[in-house]
Amino acid sequence: MPSQSLIETKNLTKIFRTGFLGRGEEVVAVKDVSFTIGKGEIVSLIGESGSGKTTTARLILKLLKPTSGHIYYAGNDIWDIPDKEYWRNVQAVFQDPYASFNAFYKVDRTLKNVFKLFPNKISNEEKDKRIREVLEDIGLNPKEVLGKRPFELSGGQMQRLLLARCLLVDPQVIIADEPTSMIDASMRVIVLNTLRRLSRKEGKSIIFITHDISQAFYISDRILVMYRGKIVESGSVDQILFNPRHPYTKRLISDVPKLHEKFAFTETEN
Amino acid sequence: MGLILKAENIKGGYELGSAFLKAVDGCSLYVNEGEIMGLAGESGCGKSTFAKLVMGYAKPPLKFTDGRSIIDGVDVYGLPWKDRRARLWGRVVAMIPQASMNALNPTKKIKDLILDVFKEKYPHSPSKEEVMKKATNRFEEIGLDSRVLNMYPIELSGGMRQRVVIAISTLLNPSLLIADEPTSALDVSTQKLLLELLYTLVRRSIVKALLFISHDIATLRQICNKMCIMYAGKVVEIGCTEDVIRKPLHPYTQGLINSVISLDPSARNTVLTGIPGSPPNLLNPPPGCRFHPRCPHATPICREREPPLLEVKKGTYVACWLYVS
Repeated sequence: MPSQSLIETKNLTKIFRTGFLGRGEEVVAVKDVSFTIGKGEIVSLIGESGSGKTTTARLILKLLKPTSGHIYYAGNDIWDIPDKEYWRNVQAVFQDPYASFNAFYKVDRTLKNVFKLFPNKISNEEKDKRIREVLEDIGLNPKEVLGKRPFELSGGQMQRLLLARCLLVDPQVIIADEPTSMIDASMRVIVLNTLRRLSRKEGKSIIFITHDISQAFYISDRILVMYRGKIVESGSVDQILFNPRHPYTKRLISDVPKLHEKFAFTETEN
Repeated sequence: MGLILKAENIKGGYELGSAFLKAVDGCSLYVNEGEIMGLAGESGCGKSTFAKLVMGYAKPPLKFTDGRSIIDGVDVYGLPWKDRRARLWGRVVAMIPQASMNALNPTKKIKDLILDVFKEKYPHSPSKEEVMKKATNRFEEIGLDSRVLNMYPIELSGGMRQRVVIAISTLLNPSLLIADEPTSALDVSTQKLLLELLYTLVRRSIVKALLFISHDIATLRQICNKMCIMYAGKVVEIGCTEDVIRKPLHPYTQGLINSVISLDPSARNTVLTGIPGSPPNLLNPPPGCRFHPRCPHATPICREREPPLLEVKKGTYVACWLYVS
């Protein structure tokens, strides 16, 4: 394992079984997936729905146990690391922020719950101070968001709050699973810029999961292309975007709608 | 070229207890025959509500309060609700809804769904054979195998289900087809096929005009001749697609275009800015121009008076005080 690697997956496979007591068919969600993520690196996992991106993320987060294969964090098998210790270092930002916050609680309460992951007791003043610092750091005005419940806040604000919750833990690795799919273009770049800054300035490693290739292009150092549970191609952004080799990657890139280019449909004109 | 949609000063919103949320506040839109009009804007800006009001589908809590909508010569609000169901929807205007992949009854075969549509729209429904012949032709026209007619929705992929919904929506050759975010749940390759299909529907005159709603400008750009940009319940800019993309006039449109990530090698080293701030709460929108709290060019007049939607050059309309001489 390279000394700089923070996360390494080795021959990771996850098989789900359908039917009563798992007696039905086998569904291979992730098959023989191996990759490494270095410190301060942003690696994107791209592919269509059902390609195994989110399952890979859930395996790395210890939310699922692999059928076979290993995941290492800083050289140690993640299943040998106590949960709380692991989650202090590896955190996630999910697609739907409203599903991650309790709708009945004010957002402050959900944010404060994060401190339960720490072994030492932290005073309320210290918690408030940390929350304010993190919110300001990602461009949210604490006065506008604290004391409110999720339904009183916009999707963009909620998504950044989810990111704030993750940053309160100050993890080394952030797994961002389609973090911008529920927010609009104007807000999207603000979230992407925040992730980019966290990686460049604070050395956070980020696994960015998306089906939107343009976002992967904007934010990543490396791209892994997944198709039917397997990594079919991996490389630098320029290599994947401008010199793709696998037919699936080629198709994926040619089918992305581009702002300054029109698809050539057979019935041309328009 | 006839006018297919003439929507003037449409107003409406949602009754939320004692409050009224003005989701659409005086929007006008004209769509000519053969045109594909893109309707863009952020979530919650009123795009889908505007489309529902245009086709007269104002079901509580949505309430139509003012304006006029004429589709292919039919005054929508001149018809009572019952007649709209029988004579307007499906025949003059049809909609592909946002969650159209889930719009098919899972317990019925596709052919039975089609028979239901005909039964509802025609008091003396044509014979089953005639309906099936028409359906088979339409399915073939849009590249669907006629065997699909004998299948249940669960047997079809997401993209196929989306095509079936389009086939059913256009069975009666409506003049105006409204597609509300039809591609948002699909992967890029299926998305491309669907865009081609929508484009073909207009080119082959299966429908006379298309109103295509999306928050994704790059997607709209692929097939739309014209674009209409909405912000916080108002139309802020209308123009031909090339002009809106290359020379956006309204500061909001400029922000929206600048937020689109380009797959150009130089774009990786630039930092896109987005639009700072959040859209306003429509229960209590700001006075004057609704975009002024986020606008980098806001002047005192923007904070006090609402800008009118004016034609600044042929076919280009913008609602911004920067362009009022």
